[in-house]
Amino acid sequence: MFGFIGSRLLQAVPVLLVVGFIAFALFDYVGDPVSILLGQDHTEAQRVALVQQLGLDQPFFVQYARFLWTALHGNFGISYRLAQPVSSLIAERLPATLELAITASVLAFAIGVPMGVYTGIHRNTLLSRLFMIVSLVGVSLPTFLLGILLILLFAVWLGWLPSFGRGPVVHLGGWWTTGFTSWAGIRSLILPAITLGMFQMTLIMRLVRAEMLEVLRTDYIKFARARGLTNRAINFGHALKNTLVPVITIMGLQFGGIVAFSLVTETVFQWPGMGLLLVQSVAVADIPVMSAYLLLIALVFVLINLVVDLLYYAVDPRLRVRR
Amino acid sequence: MPLLDVRDLTVEFPTRRGTLRALDRVSFSIESGEILGVVGESGAGKSLTGAAIVGLLERPGRIASGEIRLDGQRIDNLAPEPLRRIRGRRIGTIFQDPLTTLNPLYTIGRQLTETMQTHMRLTDAEARRKAIGWLDRVGIPAAAQRIDAYPHEFSGGQRQRVVIALALCAEPALVIADEPTTALDVSIQAQIITLLKNLTRDHGTAVMLVTHDMGVIAETADRVAVMYAGRIVEIGPVAAVIRQPAHPYTDGLMASIPSLEHRVDRLRQIDGAMPRLDAIPAGCRFHPRCPRVFARCHKEQPELLPAGATNAACWLHANG
Repeated sequence: MFGFIGSRLLQAVPVLLVVGFIAFALFDYVGDPVSILLGQDHTEAQRVALVQQLGLDQPFFVQYARFLWTALHGNFGISYRLAQPVSSLIAERLPATLELAITASVLAFAIGVPMGVYTGIHRNTLLSRLFMIVSLVGVSLPTFLLGILLILLFAVWLGWLPSFGRGPVVHLGGWWTTGFTSWAGIRSLILPAITLGMFQMTLIMRLVRAEMLEVLRTDYIKFARARGLTNRAINFGHALKNTLVPVITIMGLQFGGIVAFSLVTETVFQWPGMGLLLVQSVAVADIPVMSAYLLLIALVFVLINLVVDLLYYAVDPRLRVRR
Repeated sequence: MPLLDVRDLTVEFPTRRGTLRALDRVSFSIESGEILGVVGESGAGKSLTGAAIVGLLERPGRIASGEIRLDGQRIDNLAPEPLRRIRGRRIGTIFQDPLTTLNPLYTIGRQLTETMQTHMRLTDAEARRKAIGWLDRVGIPAAAQRIDAYPHEFSGGQRQRVVIALALCAEPALVIADEPTTALDVSIQAQIITLLKNLTRDHGTAVMLVTHDMGVIAETADRVAVMYAGRIVEIGPVAAVIRQPAHPYTDGLMASIPSLEHRVDRLRQIDGAMPRLDAIPAGCRFHPRCPRVFARCHKEQPELLPAGATNAACWLHANG
């Protein structure tokens, strides 16, 4: 078990090195940091001094190794735009994005799975057809449009929910902030979470439905019926569990995607998360933030893959090979 | 009163190009503790008969007419819930391929206890004790340790033993065994058949043994029903059907089995193939392939009639 986790983490090292290289290369290819930092008026002596201070006169590999070493210590440099350490900028934004992503995913899972099971079992009922149409809308409607429509309906016309921001937040522990402690915070979360989770939910629903249709045809489900088990035990015990492996895979990838690319939703709702930070940084070529973001997202995907592998392990006994 | 009584069972599949009749007025009965063998080519309707009895016909298949009685009570027109209570509890089922009939994600112990606790009031501890007892009875060594193993940790033969335990654990009065040995290694087949025979004898369980293996029927069954193109063409005591088959189809079936006693150069075979459901000939369904066909066979469909020690649906015995 621990050997399994260890080997997976070891496999992640080359991935992170490659992403680290790209993150590092950003500095060289997207603008010149020295002229960005010095501005237009500077002497040659100032320039040489800064080049030496930043270590830019060192050989390429030394620079790369130094970049990795400082990144490993959580030091990603100073943001050009905000003149603050990138690490603290990200730490400030991370809780907002994670809270939004987790809420959206839980929502997508909690609604998508039952809808998938229902449409898988009752293929031709009116409700099933309705779900399928809704899911088609969910898959094909672009996120920004859905967000704007929700704002129009619930914030502008009905005035039930706030249209932007995170509402009041409370500090927990050292750096974590949460909006869950107040009703206003939760209300602020509802529209962005629906916007972000809609695509996921419809994807999960369609996946669960397709897998259910497949599984319900298998011999072991027929045998379960022949043993007189209740429909409930068959559908939610025997069948659903056998659909979970692909669902877990998609959930994992989607969660990574949500954390990494909630740009649109965060922009539409002015949600103070990492997506919004990235959009603002890209606009002014704030390289340190972009490079740190890249590394962080790579790490998130590596961790999610590990969790997905562990979940496979928990769900399917056939994968628990004795080593 | 027989344990199971099937009268004029007709199963139809409505399709876009008309209704296909897969079973046509099939009638037979099984007494308590009796083993009825059901033989026939693939597609003759053997498995379909079993599925119709336990109410697990695949859609759009449906029972169009006829009656099925279990202990005198009609079960063909029951609502889903009472029918579910009969499955497993009063009629057990054994499937063909043990590699695919067990849920891969649950331990065999859980599948056993789940089945028993669905039908009987048992505490978890009692159910587990009984499950170990069943595994022991079907010949799984070290049952108390193996109960928490998953299906993939067993061989094919052992898995079929587990399937048999699952079919019998709620102590049904009848077991429908649908080709229980077809998917198994030849060396295992005899063991599984012996196990099934001994267990059902000990519990007084009747068996409907669907197979196309006449050897298995000869060794195991009390009576045998021969099916052809959705009908029973001959039914009777196993010895009579094998030694003096009354229907030309049964005769051909028996002659196509190799024997150690008579050395022959070439086994006899029945010419032609069984008709498809959408092209069933008028009159006797077997007449295009029958070596003893005559005028009446083309026009009228024969019903089961006494023919020596058996009953056969053949005009040759119309006056006998």
